[in-house]
Amino acid sequence: MSVITTNTYSEPNHKGYFGAYGGKFVPETLIPALNELECAYKEASEDPEFENEYLRLLHEYVGRPTELSFADRLTNYYGGAKIYLKREDLCHTGAHKINNAIGQILLALKMGKKRIIAETGAGQHGVATATACAKFGVECIVYMGEEDMVRQKLNVDRMRLMGAEVRGVSSGSKTLKDATNEAIRDWVTNVDDTFYIIGSVVGPHPYPMMVRNFHRIIGDETKRQLMDIEGRLPDYLIACVGGGSNAIGIFYPFINDNVHIIGIEAGGLGVESGQTAATLTKGIPGVLHGSMSYLLHDQEGQIELAHSISAGLDYPGIGPEHAYLHDTKRVDYRAVTDAQALEAVSLLSRLEGIIPALETAHAFAWLDELMPKTTSEEIVVLNCSGRGDKDMETISRYL
Amino acid sequence: MNRINKVFEQKKDEKVMSLFITAGYPDINETVDLILGFERNGADIIELGMPFSDPLADGPTIQYSSNMAISNGVTIQGIFGMVAETRKNSEIPIILMGYINPILRFGLGEFFSSAAKAGVDGLIVPDLPLDEATMIEEFAHTHEIQLIYLIAPNTSDERMQLSDDKSNGFVYCVSVTGVTGARDGSEVQQSVDTFIQRSKANITKNPLMVGFGIKNYNDAQSISKEVDGFIVGSALIETIKNAYPNEHWKEEVFNFVHQLKFGYPNQ
Repeated sequence: MSVITTNTYSEPNHKGYFGAYGGKFVPETLIPALNELECAYKEASEDPEFENEYLRLLHEYVGRPTELSFADRLTNYYGGAKIYLKREDLCHTGAHKINNAIGQILLALKMGKKRIIAETGAGQHGVATATACAKFGVECIVYMGEEDMVRQKLNVDRMRLMGAEVRGVSSGSKTLKDATNEAIRDWVTNVDDTFYIIGSVVGPHPYPMMVRNFHRIIGDETKRQLMDIEGRLPDYLIACVGGGSNAIGIFYPFINDNVHIIGIEAGGLGVESGQTAATLTKGIPGVLHGSMSYLLHDQEGQIELAHSISAGLDYPGIGPEHAYLHDTKRVDYRAVTDAQALEAVSLLSRLEGIIPALETAHAFAWLDELMPKTTSEEIVVLNCSGRGDKDMETISRYL
Repeated sequence: MNRINKVFEQKKDEKVMSLFITAGYPDINETVDLILGFERNGADIIELGMPFSDPLADGPTIQYSSNMAISNGVTIQGIFGMVAETRKNSEIPIILMGYINPILRFGLGEFFSSAAKAGVDGLIVPDLPLDEATMIEEFAHTHEIQLIYLIAPNTSDERMQLSDDKSNGFVYCVSVTGVTGARDGSEVQQSVDTFIQRSKANITKNPLMVGFGIKNYNDAQSISKEVDGFIVGSALIETIKNAYPNEHWKEEVFNFVHQLKFGYPNQ
């Protein structure tokens, strides 16, 4: 398989486009807010004080840097390349999402916004946002599909315990897509005093770029840690992709390197089953939630319902940068099914004593496919993006 | 002259009334009849909504009518058919209003040529701001479909002027920052006056229509006092929702329309 290496990767352009994807497809009312955000973010990203405060919180409060763990039993099990796990499951709140929530809340405070809204699917971003809001004493409203509130009840309780208001969304499929619609409607209505903390590399510019940059610390640390341990770069990088934030976080610092990068989508019951969330595998470009990207939609352009056992991947769109990396073939996107993900949960739990989130388990499931093709001289790094406690109810139904 | 411009030429002494309905709601076979009835009862312009599964600029009422219309099986091709059918009996300006994704999926070239052929006069795309609209401008120009842009209370003077420059037909003043939906009259009125003054100062080329939150004749008259006309959508759809499918539902709806324009019922 060929790997195209670009030495001049500089996406997105000034209009927020990654090739043909991205942009700002929002009502006029949000344009001033996006422009204000763009300016504030630019200023913050050039301000060493902002950077220091962000890094200090990630260290003292989130617990970064997270470990890069050698998975010896998993490595022995497959008998191929060495497998390292980037342990985002060890972040405070149990997933990578907090990196971005901390970054955005600092920006919100800098901009003088006193009311925070967020959407959530699996509840990990909702929990991360509720956590950041509790830490800074800011009002927090989280929109969550009613179906997801059932699937991820533990996270609903966690958010409420930390003082966030969780608003159930009963429109459409009652999942992440609809929660995002509702959060955008809230933002359009309360645009003056409200900051919308988007939880993935989706939405209108500058969100996909900004969220990526708040998560690139995952890849930056990985690179440094692996250099310390092995003195070289990995051969393979793997991460699961729903909207794509943990994936872009670990991929981005390696974009210009000679590393084979693989993103794993949620195949649901199978990519040909019609019950899937494999957007890049089955989707066609279109516009949803403010940006142009691959989407699951029918002949009439109506958005189709995604399906995945994992609430965090159950989304009919994907971040525009992933669409671009897919088209340019810089990243190889594949899909695994619900059943494969569940098997991976058991395997990792037994072999490594790590119960991964169902989202994360999708990346692990690809090892079945990849590892037989690797040799013991090679190195695989997998982003262990979150822990599985929140999924215990779903998982135990299949045990 | 385009039908939209003609209406503003002819109705200089009254408030132009534009009515929004979702195509295919409450039933695919009623849309043409509703349009013709609206015209008989005082509507000057029709905004025909092309439903989308994820209407993020719309409140609960238009979310509801959109979902119903999609369940009823409405398609873009079907909507062009409705416009063509209306054109057999009416020259009322028809503006299509819908989100960009279904339009892109239909194909931009095909969409604009079919729209023109059916007798569509204009297009409003709420999630396609000026910055992104360059992708449709040439098609619209070629097929003589007028593009209407929205301005909101938080739109800068500079962007208002740009909207005026890019719009044809009229400029759509969104009276409040928020999604579509009927609101308490006072809520709209408070902030709208300064916004309208600023809009009038910046919009010099096009007529100005104000919409969002208008639910009756009094709202309409007071909010549009300083502009060329007003737009009603959600309140009309609410009326349909409450009346349909009672025996005389259509008369009730047409009465509401007449009242909205003239301040008294048609009987």
